[in-house]
Amino acid sequence: MAVDGSLVGRAFPPTKPYRVTDEKVRELAAATGMSWESGDRVPATFPIVLAFDAMNAFLDDVEVELSRIVHGEQKFSYVRPIAPGDVLTATLSVASLRQIGGNDIIGTISEITDESGALVCTTSATLVHRAAEVA
Amino acid sequence: MSDIVLEVGAELTPKTYPVTRASLVRYAGASGDFNPIHWSDRIATAVGLPGVIAHGMFTMALVARAVSEWTDGAEVVDFGAKFTNPVVVPDDDEGTSVTVNGTVKSVEDGLATIALTVVSGDQKVLGMPKVSVRV
Repeated sequence: MAVDGSLVGRAFPPTKPYRVTDEKVRELAAATGMSWESGDRVPATFPIVLAFDAMNAFLDDVEVELSRIVHGEQKFSYVRPIAPGDVLTATLSVASLRQIGGNDIIGTISEITDESGALVCTTSATLVHRAAEVA
Repeated sequence: MSDIVLEVGAELTPKTYPVTRASLVRYAGASGDFNPIHWSDRIATAVGLPGVIAHGMFTMALVARAVSEWTDGAEVVDFGAKFTNPVVVPDDDEGTSVTVNGTVKSVEDGLATIALTVVSGDQKVLGMPKVSVRV
């Protein structure tokens, strides 16, 4: 099943506002073996927590099975660092779509904004939707 | 403290981190990425993967950890990578490991750009990984 080409350019609804807490940052840092204390810089890949939220909603919407998705590429471009206390929202849009060997290569961009609506980070993901095996 | 001054050509001390099934479970919970290819052999092999693979974002988070350790927590401005080869994580006590190597490519306009080589076993697992930090 190929993903519909008309998705390109479509923006999905923003995710629910997410409050960055010391506890959550510590949990994510600990998952990579880091000890994290209040006042330390938030790990650079933290926005993925919001981006996943947005990606899951997108994949549900287009009825793509999560297990057929492999992550192809990810980029983060920061306007400012994230800090505990920030209330963030991710808005995902589909930037590109192409088919290679029966796989869909889906380019997404998620803009992470703060409570005031200011852009904090732009994160782009390439998702590879693997074709079902041909019997 | 950072273990090296960020000057052009500086080779940063390689960092090696363990990756076990337990790491993946923990990262899934912390990040919200519950794709079963990161915890179920049955599903991973059914979609044509060699076995349970690490989240690309987990590998990227380990790279962010290395950068943080090298730079004493410098602000990351840009960070990106392609996930070119999967990190297969066996279901045993040792699991596998990821090693992050870095070389300072440029220092200008208050930004240091570090080119990275990220390997698991003998294989490069990230394509064109690059990070820019504020210095």
